[in-house]
Amino acid sequence: MLRFIVLRLIWMVPSLVAVSFLAFVLIQLPPGDYVTTYIATLAASNEVVDQNTAADLRARFGLDQPMAVQYFKWITGILLEGNFGLSFEWQQPVSELIWERMALTLVLTVSTLIVTWGIAMPIGVFSAVKKYSFGDYVATFFSFLGLAIPSFLLALVLMYIAAVQLGQEVGGLFSERFVNAPWSFAKVVDLIAHLWVPVIILAVSGTASLIRVMRANMLDELNKPYVTTARAKGLSEFALLVKYPLRVALNPFISTIAWLLPNLVSGSIIVAIVLSLPTAGPMLLQSLMSQDMYLAGAFVLLICALTLIGSLVSDILLALVDPRIRLE
Amino acid sequence: MNAAPKDGDVVLDVRDLVTHFATRTGVVKAVDGVSFKVSRGKTLCVVGESGSGKSVTARSILQIVDAPGRIVSGSMVLHRPDGSSVDLATLHPRSREIRSVRGAEIAMIFQEPMSSLSPVHTVGDQIMEVLRLHLGMDKVAARARTVELLKQVEIPNPDRAVDRYTFEFSGGMRQRVMIAMALACNPSMLIADEPTTALDVTTQAEILDLIKRLQTKFGMAVLFITHDMGVVAEIADEVLVMYHGKVMESGPVEQIFHAPKDEYTRMLIGSVLRLEQKAEIRLKRDPIKQEAKPVIEVRGLRMHFGEGTNVTKAVDDVSLTVRPGETLGIVGESGSGKTTMGRCLLRVYEPNGGAIDYRRADGSVVDLVSADKETLKQMRREIRMIFQDPVGSLNPRMTVAQIIGEPLFVNGIAKGAELDDRVAALMKQVGLEPAWRERYPHAFSGGQRQRIGIARAIALKPRVIVADEATSALDVSIRSQMLDLMMNLQDELGLSYVFISHDIGVIRYMCDRVAVMYRGRVVETGTTDQVCDAPTHDYTKALLSAIPRPDPRNRRIHARFRYAG
Repeated sequence: MLRFIVLRLIWMVPSLVAVSFLAFVLIQLPPGDYVTTYIATLAASNEVVDQNTAADLRARFGLDQPMAVQYFKWITGILLEGNFGLSFEWQQPVSELIWERMALTLVLTVSTLIVTWGIAMPIGVFSAVKKYSFGDYVATFFSFLGLAIPSFLLALVLMYIAAVQLGQEVGGLFSERFVNAPWSFAKVVDLIAHLWVPVIILAVSGTASLIRVMRANMLDELNKPYVTTARAKGLSEFALLVKYPLRVALNPFISTIAWLLPNLVSGSIIVAIVLSLPTAGPMLLQSLMSQDMYLAGAFVLLICALTLIGSLVSDILLALVDPRIRLE
Repeated sequence: MNAAPKDGDVVLDVRDLVTHFATRTGVVKAVDGVSFKVSRGKTLCVVGESGSGKSVTARSILQIVDAPGRIVSGSMVLHRPDGSSVDLATLHPRSREIRSVRGAEIAMIFQEPMSSLSPVHTVGDQIMEVLRLHLGMDKVAARARTVELLKQVEIPNPDRAVDRYTFEFSGGMRQRVMIAMALACNPSMLIADEPTTALDVTTQAEILDLIKRLQTKFGMAVLFITHDMGVVAEIADEVLVMYHGKVMESGPVEQIFHAPKDEYTRMLIGSVLRLEQKAEIRLKRDPIKQEAKPVIEVRGLRMHFGEGTNVTKAVDDVSLTVRPGETLGIVGESGSGKTTMGRCLLRVYEPNGGAIDYRRADGSVVDLVSADKETLKQMRREIRMIFQDPVGSLNPRMTVAQIIGEPLFVNGIAKGAELDDRVAALMKQVGLEPAWRERYPHAFSGGQRQRIGIARAIALKPRVIVADEATSALDVSIRSQMLDLMMNLQDELGLSYVFISHDIGVIRYMCDRVAVMYRGRVVETGTTDQVCDAPTHDYTKALLSAIPRPDPRNRRIHARFRYAG
């Protein structure tokens, strides 16, 4: 087991190198660079930048050097000093920008996950056990409804209800007075008060699909002979459901952790923009649009690293819960 | 207090049990008015073919019939050692009362020991659960008792076995674990639902031995469900013959076998006894010409799986010959390499060495091991295969006409009206109504599906057919019909068969010569009579003596010959 983990970690190194280079190239691919975008922005407000100034800017940002040199500088900075470079647009170190956003995204994602699983698991199990009952049809109806409604639409509706009916401030994760305030107990309370709207929106679509998956997984397991054996032992229906079929039915969910982590960065961008949440998604989008090279690069690199870590974590977890994988 | 329980006391008294399954197409009366008594220290065998309702009867007792099954009426009175009694039929399937009976007073073991145990929990965990549930033991005591139970069912190293998972055990060991679990609370009755059907004959003999010994030791009543009349003859005190949910006949084992009253019982025993001797068709036929040149000659065939230190020698230096018009039986237990051997003949696998010389009709000889693609394609028209599973080997989305006609169509031999005529003729040949041509496989019974498979195999007028356990999935009453059909076709078309089976009865019934395989090697070859009646190799002796014979007056598997190779 330990050998497996170490081997997997060693394999991650070449993958990460390849992926980081690819990320850098991809960001460079669109025609023009940050300076082009900057000039275009200035031109929109009737300011003209001459060629010399543009060249000066390029030299200052290091954009005039060959790509390989730029990549080398960037990657050594990250590896040796943890320096992700400077965001052109924000004029701040990338690492400062990213971490606060990532922390908030983590809070949002984890709370969404808890709500989603908390709702979906019991309903999915119920749907499977009471297959084709009235309750199953109701759950099926609502889960298809949840799948069919686009999240951004739901976001708009909930914002309307929260703002007009409940008179609550909507948009963002904090009230105005807390946005730039240092962390305090009051700020946390404020965060929780704002969190419920995005959590509900994101949970609705997640719950819907999860109920379907859970129901299908359980239906596969419920008719297995080992369930009958457990029943013949005299276990109560609830105890045997939890111990046997549910345990096996959960395995496919552990695999989903692999793509849960990268979703931290790139998931639910549209909802985050509609609700103007200070999470990673909108910032990634903005940095890509303005060709803010180092910021975008850091995000793309983060997504790749999280994908690799996510699949490692899910493989380890799978091996831990399923002895068939662990012992073979 | 009452007197101590003694053998012969009635433990379970079932009267007029009726269990229905409400399906979309109407009510299926799976169990239709069944009555029987099970007594302490005695074994009641419920025997019947598939669909007879024997398994549903067993599950009805514990009220664990799968949905939508439901007990409609009848009574099932459980008499406890303390003199009290309870009617299980009146209990709700989820009630506390029935749950306290399950696993504690009446325990059950099932057919497939692999899938009947959870793959993700240790053996110990699953056994301790019963102890803690019914006897309220703490973890330490439950573990100690579990080790003791595993020792009782003769599992080696019980201390370590406790913490292992089911997939680390062989089939026989898993069934021992199931038995240990069932015995955990000293039940007064054990229900065994085809517990040895998935096992090899030698393993089956061991498990039957074990159940018998434990029954004598603890004085349990045993309700044993099986389709195998041989097993019934070996272990039963009383027998209940079921057909379509009804009891056809019941009585002491002696009476069922030697003085059966009912028509169906007689038919059932008759078809079992038929497989105890050579087929009439074969007794009448002229002997195979010994001097005829073999159609297939296998020399030193090797087929290895895996690499390096982890090599499995599935076929290890095997040599065989098949003469024209002859049936060569290959017999062996699971893992003996007999199926791999058969597949090598069609070069489904690429053998690692050796030669398979195939003599064509014009006398030329082709080595199938080294043949190129084009030759192989030709050869596969002349050597065909029939499979074990009549359900899995037919495409459910193709009509019977399409299935049977496919080899003709694919090889460009017939199409259009000619194809239709050929298919109709083939269907008649295997005893199927040509009017059924547009039906899909699910509309046919198991026996009919196997006929479809045979029709498909003979469509290209082959010279050799490899039949891999072709009758194993069929009920015994259909089995001899299928073998008779195959032998008639053989004489009609001049076919040679390679007949792979684990069932000595089937081999004796139809084969001219037999090769016995054990761990990838052929340990003995000879004429069927010689191998079955006067085996020379110890393994063959052990195999033959482990087969239960359908004669309760001649019980012998408990005194069988054991081979430790």
